[in-house]
Amino acid sequence: MNERIGVSQWERWLCPVLATAMLLALWRYAVLWTGTRVFPSPREVERGLAQLVHEGVLWRDILDSLRRVAIGYFAALGLGIPLGLLLGWYPSLNQVVNPVVQILRPISPIAWIPVAILFFGVGDDAAIFLVFLGAFFPTVVTCVDSVANVPLIYRRAGSNFGLTPPQLLARVVFPAALPQILVGLRIALGIGWLVVVAGEMIAVNSGLGFLIIDSRNSGKRYDLVVGAMLLIGVIGLILDVLFRRLEAIKPVRWGFRNES
Amino acid sequence: MSAPAQATAADAPIPASRVKLRTENVGMSFQREGKTLPVLENIDLEVRDGEFVCLLGPSGCGKSTLLNAMAGFLKPTSGDIRVDGEIVRGPDPRRIFVFQERGVFPWLTVEGNIGFGLSRLSRSERVQRVHHYIQMVGLEGFEKSYPHELSGGMKQRVEVARALAVNPDVMFLDEPFGALDSITRMIMRGELLRIWQAERKTILFVTHDIDEAVQLADRVVVMSARPGRIQEIVSIDISHPRDISSPRYLQMRDGILGQIGLAHRL
Amino acid sequence: MRSFAWLRPPVFILALLGAWQLAVSLHPHQLLPGPWKTAQGIADLVPHGLIVKYTVASVFRVTWGFFLAVLVAVPLGLAIGWYRRAEMALNPILQILRPISPLAWIPIAILWFGVGDLAAVFLIFVGCFLPLLLTVINAVQSVPAVYIHAGRNFGLGPAALMRRILYPAIVPRLMTGLRITLGIAWLVVVAAEMIAVNSGLGFLIVDARNAGNRYDLVVAGMVIIGVVGLLLDNGIRSLERANALRWGFEEKH
Repeated sequence: MNERIGVSQWERWLCPVLATAMLLALWRYAVLWTGTRVFPSPREVERGLAQLVHEGVLWRDILDSLRRVAIGYFAALGLGIPLGLLLGWYPSLNQVVNPVVQILRPISPIAWIPVAILFFGVGDDAAIFLVFLGAFFPTVVTCVDSVANVPLIYRRAGSNFGLTPPQLLARVVFPAALPQILVGLRIALGIGWLVVVAGEMIAVNSGLGFLIIDSRNSGKRYDLVVGAMLLIGVIGLILDVLFRRLEAIKPVRWGFRNES
Repeated sequence: MSAPAQATAADAPIPASRVKLRTENVGMSFQREGKTLPVLENIDLEVRDGEFVCLLGPSGCGKSTLLNAMAGFLKPTSGDIRVDGEIVRGPDPRRIFVFQERGVFPWLTVEGNIGFGLSRLSRSERVQRVHHYIQMVGLEGFEKSYPHELSGGMKQRVEVARALAVNPDVMFLDEPFGALDSITRMIMRGELLRIWQAERKTILFVTHDIDEAVQLADRVVVMSARPGRIQEIVSIDISHPRDISSPRYLQMRDGILGQIGLAHRL
Repeated sequence: MRSFAWLRPPVFILALLGAWQLAVSLHPHQLLPGPWKTAQGIADLVPHGLIVKYTVASVFRVTWGFFLAVLVAVPLGLAIGWYRRAEMALNPILQILRPISPLAWIPIAILWFGVGDLAAVFLIFVGCFLPLLLTVINAVQSVPAVYIHAGRNFGLGPAALMRRILYPAIVPRLMTGLRITLGIAWLVVVAAEMIAVNSGLGFLIVDARNAGNRYDLVVAGMVIIGVVGLLLDNGIRSLERANALRWGFEEKH
């Protein structure tokens, strides 16, 4: 915002490094000064995670969580994108279906857990179902919105060249809507990641979410709790960054010209 | 570059061969907040085959609305629009609309855009056509570029090439050079005339720039605003290339200025 | 049939309910209730006053957690968005914290606040704070530079700039962010109540199942959660619209 202050190259990495170092120091000293015996210091978190890696357990938990997200997420896309495009293309259809979507959307996937357990039992499938629920609604809503936002000019140009409605949808509306759809899909992935962790805390016996609950319940290992939280954050960030790479390929980069 | 091959043939006025497009008592009104807004009234116009006609008027006089109706994107509230005798019912590849560079598809390369309407051709034919029109608009070397990598003038060329590639009978241009700087605008006008003289398409061109109209058109349809009516149709009988400092040119320009009711001195 | 278009959504909903009832009737021995039983379940809860009591409890927690988050996140976001170095410095930390589900904070919440209201409010605060902060930062960075230049041109200092230009300029995006964050808060409260407290709509769901497999109450609870969430959302939307009219903004959502 303060554009007159130029920011040099070295400041770009120095600032975050300094801030993070300060935060870690603050954390460490807070633990020391309050003399808490339960809340871990950064060093303890590091050691706890190293122990898990050593035992070969951590990797399995990470993969379990990722696997559930992958299946649930792609199922949500497989159903949600066609449905969203269809609803966006036929506004009258959307008018009919939308109220149902709006009522189901505020129901947290976690609230679905008893129903999920009823259908799928405790285990993988329930967690996957929850991820599916979490990612499905944002996907549909994004697709509907992005189709509606395609500028009239593109649709007119397309029909000017003699395209039939299905051709128009495939060759003009979908590519035009793609940048916005990708943003929505990235957000849906983030939600899926949130939900899988929450779901694992309740309905399954493996994964990073389970690690958090289990570490606390069986031995008050808060170093592992915090370690798992940080790991969740880092993996979620990696997923987000990878997705953003997708948004940079040429056929869609035009849609992100104005992104900071 | 701008001198046409048959100098004498281009000098003579176009014979009144066939009426390509005709509007019969066309009127348009829109409903806004329960009120009826008349935008166009009593538009009677005949455009001959191969003619270059400008619709000239201030903002809000309905000229873009008229153009959109002629292209089939809007349905007139009253009256008929006919092309080749048939009533216009919707957009058609034989009548291509050129927007203000915003109509270029940003997710396709220059090649992809220009070849957009050519999907029915064989691959080799399409490649050949695209190449031909890329050369015609002077975009060699940019085949694989994306629109966001091009300047405004280049994007406009892409759109014109895309329109030409499907070989339409009629082209509608809605203030196509409006978003360009004045130098590029002058260059583009020359390019458009060159292409028009080579291909002899019927062109309907909307502008609010008097000079542009007098430089380009065979006939200028001067429109008045709110509601839009045809005030006067002026024939520009100067042969191309037109000298913009010649007395005849200035006379025509003054005439139109007077028509619109504008003073000479600011 | 144009004039009957407004009938179509309710008819569709009725059709779905009918299909649901049919599916349940075809499998009489499983536990999931049909719409009729669910409605009866809701009716069952009414005389105990539980619906009102639990809804109030959930809304109460959301309100507290949400407003606390707004109080801290908005000024902080304004400051961080304004000072580029601050944003550069804190961004990696924020990006790492963002994907961590609020529920992952439950052990820490219980550690610090014990089981109860405070823990739930804390979880909602955690769930709302970061998204709101990021929204405000993004909104500040999106304010057109021309507005800032104009403000400086008229001699406004940083505090006045923030108050008279920055803040009004970000209001449309802020309203959208508040609505989305409120939605998140509602999702979090239900989840938090299922794990960490003894009242509220989330607790209703868990309790109904644990204390007797009353799935009719489970689904009834889900329906109520959906409806209340929708009402909250609509409430803020009308606020957004009123604001948009005042400012003359046309924001596309």
